[in-house]
Amino acid sequence: MNMRTDPELSLDAAPVARRDGPPLLRVEHLSREFGGVLAIGDLSFTVAAGDIHSIIGPNGAGKTTLFNLVTGVYKPSGGRVLFDGADVSGQAPYRLAARGMSRTFQNLQIFFNMTALENVMVGRHLHLNTRLLPALFRFPSLVRKDSEARDRAAALMAEVGLSKYLDADAASMPYGALKRLEIARALAAEPKLLLLDEPAAGLNATESREIDAVIKKVAAGGVTIVLVEHDMKMVMGISHKITALNHGRKLAEGTPAEVAANPEVVAAYLGAAP
Amino acid sequence: MFAELLQYLLSGLTIGAIYALAGLGFSIVYNASHVINFAQGEFIMIGGMASATLTASGVPLPLAILIGCGGAMLVGVLVAKFAVERARNASTVTLIIITIGASIFLRGVAELVWGKDFKRLDAFSGETPIQFLGASMQPQSLWVVGTAALLIVAIALFFNRTLTGKAMLATSHNRLAAQLVGIDVKRVVLASFALSAALGAIGGAVVAPITFSYTEMGIMLGLKGFTAAVLGGLGHGPGAVAGGLIVGVAEALGAGYISSAYKDAVAFVIILAVLLFLPNGLFGKRGTERV
Amino acid sequence: MPSLFQTILHGRLTGLLVLGAVIAVLPLFLPNNFYLDIAILAGFNAVVCVGLNLLIGYAGQISLGHAGFFGIGAYASGVLAGNYGWPPVLALLAGAVFVGLLAFAVAKPILRLKGHYLAMATLGIGIIVSIVLRTESGLTGGPDGMTVEPFRIFGFELYGEKTWYWVVGALLVAVVWLSLNLIDSPMGRALRAVHGSEVAAEVVGVDTARFKAAVFVLSAVFASVAGSLFAHYAGLITPAKADFFKSIELVTMVVFGGMASTFGAVVGAVVLTLLPQALTVFQDYQQIVLGAILMATMVFMPKGLLPTLAALLPARRRA
Repeated sequence: MNMRTDPELSLDAAPVARRDGPPLLRVEHLSREFGGVLAIGDLSFTVAAGDIHSIIGPNGAGKTTLFNLVTGVYKPSGGRVLFDGADVSGQAPYRLAARGMSRTFQNLQIFFNMTALENVMVGRHLHLNTRLLPALFRFPSLVRKDSEARDRAAALMAEVGLSKYLDADAASMPYGALKRLEIARALAAEPKLLLLDEPAAGLNATESREIDAVIKKVAAGGVTIVLVEHDMKMVMGISHKITALNHGRKLAEGTPAEVAANPEVVAAYLGAAP
Repeated sequence: MFAELLQYLLSGLTIGAIYALAGLGFSIVYNASHVINFAQGEFIMIGGMASATLTASGVPLPLAILIGCGGAMLVGVLVAKFAVERARNASTVTLIIITIGASIFLRGVAELVWGKDFKRLDAFSGETPIQFLGASMQPQSLWVVGTAALLIVAIALFFNRTLTGKAMLATSHNRLAAQLVGIDVKRVVLASFALSAALGAIGGAVVAPITFSYTEMGIMLGLKGFTAAVLGGLGHGPGAVAGGLIVGVAEALGAGYISSAYKDAVAFVIILAVLLFLPNGLFGKRGTERV
Repeated sequence: MPSLFQTILHGRLTGLLVLGAVIAVLPLFLPNNFYLDIAILAGFNAVVCVGLNLLIGYAGQISLGHAGFFGIGAYASGVLAGNYGWPPVLALLAGAVFVGLLAFAVAKPILRLKGHYLAMATLGIGIIVSIVLRTESGLTGGPDGMTVEPFRIFGFELYGEKTWYWVVGALLVAVVWLSLNLIDSPMGRALRAVHGSEVAAEVVGVDTARFKAAVFVLSAVFASVAGSLFAHYAGLITPAKADFFKSIELVTMVVFGGMASTFGAVVGAVVLTLLPQALTVFQDYQQIVLGAILMATMVFMPKGLLPTLAALLPARRRA
């Protein structure tokens, strides 16, 4: 990956070409209830490798619950999640991460007890020696790989436009930067599939366009992306495919143009938007 | 056989009633402030010591209990105001150290005021044992269980029927929302400390004739109260009461049938066993973490 | 010129060198064995606290029962070296292995618990250990405790405050070195990540349960080793060394000195070992003053002594 800094982020890059790959993520008849209330019901969809696949729907439609189910944070009440050809339903998040899945959070989950760079370095966890004895006695191989991880994390931070925050305490960073820090951390794990939960929420127009550019760049690098986002301009602009949810069920699916033209979607979601 | 079992159950319920009061105190404070007040046991001690020493110097018993209770409430409010409230945003473990600091401080003051020796308080209505289905029971046990039952009912009514009680409950559910509808959250915290202090002190006074009073009496009683509160599920009032009774009865049975030397370990074995399967206690929330 | 505090807080090994230097020159200022004895006790406490800080300060997991592990180590040495005539080194290792296994067995179920529930469970374990030590008087001598053989290794007997001072000093330097290494490693970051956000750590591949268990075992073993050596040094151990108050004392040292700071843990251990000695001048008011100091420090410096003092230094301010 090349080193880039903020001003160089090309904000008007053309849409990422669709590769129409084999399915990387397949959700089959997934459901989850909380105390008798169905948050996700009999939901099935497929994410093709290489796609930017967006999940849209009004608040409470079950988007974040879906993310939590796919990434193993919640256990499904029924149905299956297949990732990269294997049934991974109910597996712990760290196992899914080892299989190549990573994500960001709608409500920031930053390690506020560390610097920004250290946050991203935690993302390298799976690629480093994390055993106790080599750490206690500072084995040279561990130290060497750790310093490589540091460089790599710094490069990733540059990639998302955070170069000036390298040694900043995460707790001292502005909201918009933290949103990007989560993306950098997730990328540090070198995932095949990256799930982004409202990466542009709470950002101003300029920051949103920067995030937009970051997502396109990541996708262009070959990472499959599942995106939950309320910014319809962004979603319509960058998605290859969109799945619309309402009340935990699938409402519609298709290309941005198809979904935008679907009367049910318009009624449930777009029509309600100002 | 049966008489023996009954005997253990009765003594278990007696001490369990004190644990229940202490556990309820922990829960009330926890609900209002999310603080575990390790000085809860010292309220019991203050109640026991005050009533024993005051009656010894001629103060009538009801007045002595009242003074002890009032003193404990004052101390509770002071701890809340000058220690807990100022450290609102501190971490859990920092708050634990603060309340432990308070309990060391209070024990120090108590030793200075009352000395280190055991203080005796006469049983409220004589010591002629009451025979009951082959088991015998000290009349004071009835006082303990009866007083505890009365206090628990009063607390239940307070939280469910009075505006102040409802305001306190609302604060425990959602502090910010409570603040928005005009509840003075700071006063709720102070009130919770006063209330839990009163529960502890009255418990200490009624149990004093059975256990004697001494400045360190609150340590184990406080820890058992904490166990009761956790067993029931932190912040769950009826759970804390049930937890206290369970711990008390289990302890008496353990001491009777297994080993009296390990009596104090029983509560902790139970809590470990329960937390293994129910990480939020018997009646605690089984929520899923929101991310 | 960087101040002493900045050096301690910023250099990777300069802090360790400063600690070593302080330990090396300290005996010159200690007039007699009484002071040496206090320094040794502070050293033992510091060793335990450095380990406990890895658990509490860095990984964010409370333990109110670590004195139990200290006690098991102490009694393993007392019983095995005394009653059964084991070589002290072997007794120490056996104690450490036993504590490690015990900690490992309880770690996974217990460390699923959060906050006050974890506090309760660890408190329970500590209390159960101290009750067993107090009750099994056939082995442990009961509430009065037991005497412990002196520490012999390769025919040498460690004897006297002077010798023990250097042993404990070396041990402390070693433990601090290990702790600094650990924190500055992928595993150390994983531990801090567990503190920062468990779910975020999980989704980048951190098996949070494994790391919590690992640091719990490590800190328990540190406590056990310190307990073993303490038993040989003191020559007499009682169940009080394993009880609730000792556990609280250890946690207080960590929090007082400053959580998530290895040197903070050392400073906390030293200050709170000295404080009761210094407070004896208050005689009957000793407890009151101690309680008041604890409350006031935690209320006004919730982050602890060292981090609070460090934040006062203007040069440490970040851009």
